[in-house]
Amino acid sequence: MMQAMTQDTKPSITPLVSLEGITKIFPGVVANDDVSLEIRGGEVHALLGENGAGKTSLMNVLYGIYQPDGGAIRVAGNVVKIRSPQDAMRLGIGLVAQHPMLVRQHTVAENIALAVKTSFWNPTRHLEAKILALGEKYGLKVEPKAKVWQLSAGEQQRVEILKALIRGAKVLILDEPTSVLTPQEATDLFKVLNRMKLEGEGVIIITHKLDEVMAVSSRITVLRKGRVVGAMKTSSTNKNDLATLMVGREVPQVRSSGVTKLGEGVLKLEQVNVAGDRGVNVVKNLSLEIRGGEVLGVAGVAGNGQRELVEAITGLRGVSSGSVKIGGTDLTNKNAKTITDAGVAHIPEDRLHMGVVGSLSVAENLALRGFERTPFANGELLDFKAMENFALSSIKTYEVSTPGIHTRTRLLSGGNIQKLIFARELAENPKLIIASHPTYGLDAGATAQVQNVLLERARAGAGVMLVSEDLEEVLALSDRIAVMFAGEIMGVVPRDIATVEELGLMMAGQRQKQVNA
Amino acid sequence: MSLDTATAPIKRSNARQWGPFNIETRETPPQSWLFTLSMLSVLATLILTGVIFALYGQNPITAYVTLAQGTLGDLSSLGVVLQRAIPLMLIGVGLVVAFRAQFFNIGAEGQLLAGAVGASAVALFFPNFGFLEIPVMFIVAFICGAVWGFIPAILKLKLEINEVISTLMMNYIAISIVEWLVNGPWKGKNQVGYSYTDTFPDAAWIPKISSSTVHYPTLIVALALVALVAFVIARTRLGFRMRILGENPVAAKYVGINTLSTTLAVVMLSAGAAGIAGAGEVGAIHHKLLDPAQISLGYGYTAIIVAWLARGNPISVIFTAIFLGVVFAAGDVMKVSLQMPAQTTNVINGLLLFFLISTEPLVKLKISLARGT
Repeated sequence: MMQAMTQDTKPSITPLVSLEGITKIFPGVVANDDVSLEIRGGEVHALLGENGAGKTSLMNVLYGIYQPDGGAIRVAGNVVKIRSPQDAMRLGIGLVAQHPMLVRQHTVAENIALAVKTSFWNPTRHLEAKILALGEKYGLKVEPKAKVWQLSAGEQQRVEILKALIRGAKVLILDEPTSVLTPQEATDLFKVLNRMKLEGEGVIIITHKLDEVMAVSSRITVLRKGRVVGAMKTSSTNKNDLATLMVGREVPQVRSSGVTKLGEGVLKLEQVNVAGDRGVNVVKNLSLEIRGGEVLGVAGVAGNGQRELVEAITGLRGVSSGSVKIGGTDLTNKNAKTITDAGVAHIPEDRLHMGVVGSLSVAENLALRGFERTPFANGELLDFKAMENFALSSIKTYEVSTPGIHTRTRLLSGGNIQKLIFARELAENPKLIIASHPTYGLDAGATAQVQNVLLERARAGAGVMLVSEDLEEVLALSDRIAVMFAGEIMGVVPRDIATVEELGLMMAGQRQKQVNA
Repeated sequence: MSLDTATAPIKRSNARQWGPFNIETRETPPQSWLFTLSMLSVLATLILTGVIFALYGQNPITAYVTLAQGTLGDLSSLGVVLQRAIPLMLIGVGLVVAFRAQFFNIGAEGQLLAGAVGASAVALFFPNFGFLEIPVMFIVAFICGAVWGFIPAILKLKLEINEVISTLMMNYIAISIVEWLVNGPWKGKNQVGYSYTDTFPDAAWIPKISSSTVHYPTLIVALALVALVAFVIARTRLGFRMRILGENPVAAKYVGINTLSTTLAVVMLSAGAAGIAGAGEVGAIHHKLLDPAQISLGYGYTAIIVAWLARGNPISVIFTAIFLGVVFAAGDVMKVSLQMPAQTTNVINGLLLFFLISTEPLVKLKISLARGT
């Protein structure tokens, strides 16, 4: 592997950063096994691999969060020990994590002030102008005075990128950067990356999206089960080869549900208004219906009311006016438990912080919905035997890869946590499934599995609401596609006649033209 | 950061090295590590207290031997330890539950006093329950304590008022109410010149083990409560709700757990337990309601240390309460045998809490000896 890479190296160029034979072992798992790669100035290096392939732990080693059990890191040719993220930053290595690590109660400027040296008094004084200037320069627009908790996931990520850029990162690591971005934002991000490239900086991009790898990277390293299984120039490979390398098997093809005879209406929204965190309505007079057996895709740029709509349907947020009917029963402003009991499954957008309790075991998390009832509860007492049996069958059915059912859920990879959530949410045969970004951050195998499960459930008669920014996914799975913009539905298009162009226009705020019936 | 210019790659560049140790972070510390940290805090406290002994001109070693003999050396001194441990155990186990549910109850002192007032009211004004007199005192004390906890709990849940402040303020209200009662409406007719109520009738005297001050009915209630709490946390739906709520409030909302009723149940259990401790103090030790500073001796605050030392484990409270009971009893020994002020125990308690909180950042670290490179 090293040989293959050195052949590509121009001898005069010292890599900005090189990882040499990095090994990282966790109890029971070898996360990285003798992994080597180099990042040179002026390149975007893509790190490809399935969930659990060891990409994130490798980058955590480089960023000083983990200490490697073997191997060496060189920065500008010198062997360095990176003991903490502070060390990494001083060496010019910046990380933009998959999940933003920001102080939610503070403003954007205050969060950035935490990352840089500023004056003791009024630390954000000079920063705001700088943030705006940098944002302008790189196309990362964000309001410095906004509180972080009010921002969408995409906007929060922009803050993280700005933070690294303001620190003057020479090597920027981006962990699944486009998974929370809209296509336009992703394009803007690529512009940023290209600019960094031109200025001789190095970028490492961790992603599953092969299109992006092909579009933006100069070189690619593919990891599988902690090992490097391929390293090449982007120009010398193609998507199919990469996919095969990455998963080591053919990626299953996703089909549409093919349901022709729809069932009863399972969800009916009438003139629904929902207030956002800032108190103003972010879902406005929205009406839609989902019937059993159909998949309704909700497309749209992040932050156009999708999150609030989902929360209003699932009982996590109040509806200021209008009605939410589930299976014909008015369940407006009922709590999450009542709505679950009415047969609604909710696959939440933030699976780590909402979908599971990280410190509880896999078995306990699988019982999170049902522990108040038989078979998990016998009167006031919990029935652990029943929980364990359910956990054992669930991890088998949904192929959850875990050391055991008593493992703390926090230790599982993102894909396995999502499978766990699916196993739990779908256990009671819900008639309505609200899935928010269900494949975000998942590898190809898990993505296909999740998509197949949704289609199977639709075939079995459930109504599915698929909220996703991944237009390709929405087009692949949905029978009808609703596009949200500024809290309203711009139009609902049957998949057969939907075009990317038309959907794109609607995502930008143009109302649907006359639909031919 | 170290720019190591050596060319040989590091074979085992383990965790962040600090002297001879490797340091790594982990999300889920094992119980043994928590125990080690608690023991280290105790050790650091003992060493620093040793310095204080030395400053008083005492040889720390002989001083500790004297203290050990004076608190653990014979049955009667063990009785004193146990007497102190009873309220600490009751309050401590309640605080473990409250802390685990993310409710930082600093108001056990006031809840204890509320319980003492309730028990006194039963003893003074309803002395005719016969053999049920003491159970009724306990029940009323539990209810009074729970009500005292309910107020800050509902303020937090409905108006998001920080419970650390409100529970603390409720302590001062309770102190003032007790002072008013013993100086005013409840002042005993036979207690000329003293701010006491009348002495309780015999039926309201909580019995003790022979000649000691160990009021065993309260001790039994305390142990039963520990067992009950351990069982509830581990085995019941309420306990599961509590754990979800305490460890991920967002997930609790997602699952539809009723935050209001769960938190209220937890806080009222916690505050009610402190109330029972108050009944024990007035019913077994003083046999009257009196100056609040004499009723409690700061059990409500010391129990915070009891709960913290137990690290969320209700069963551990039995042992940590006895340990702090030893510290309390040591105060008397210091006064008598070492000619030191009994308030030294406050210093010990303060140091202990200080070290316990100081070791919190270490909880998520994994420290091991560096292997030779």
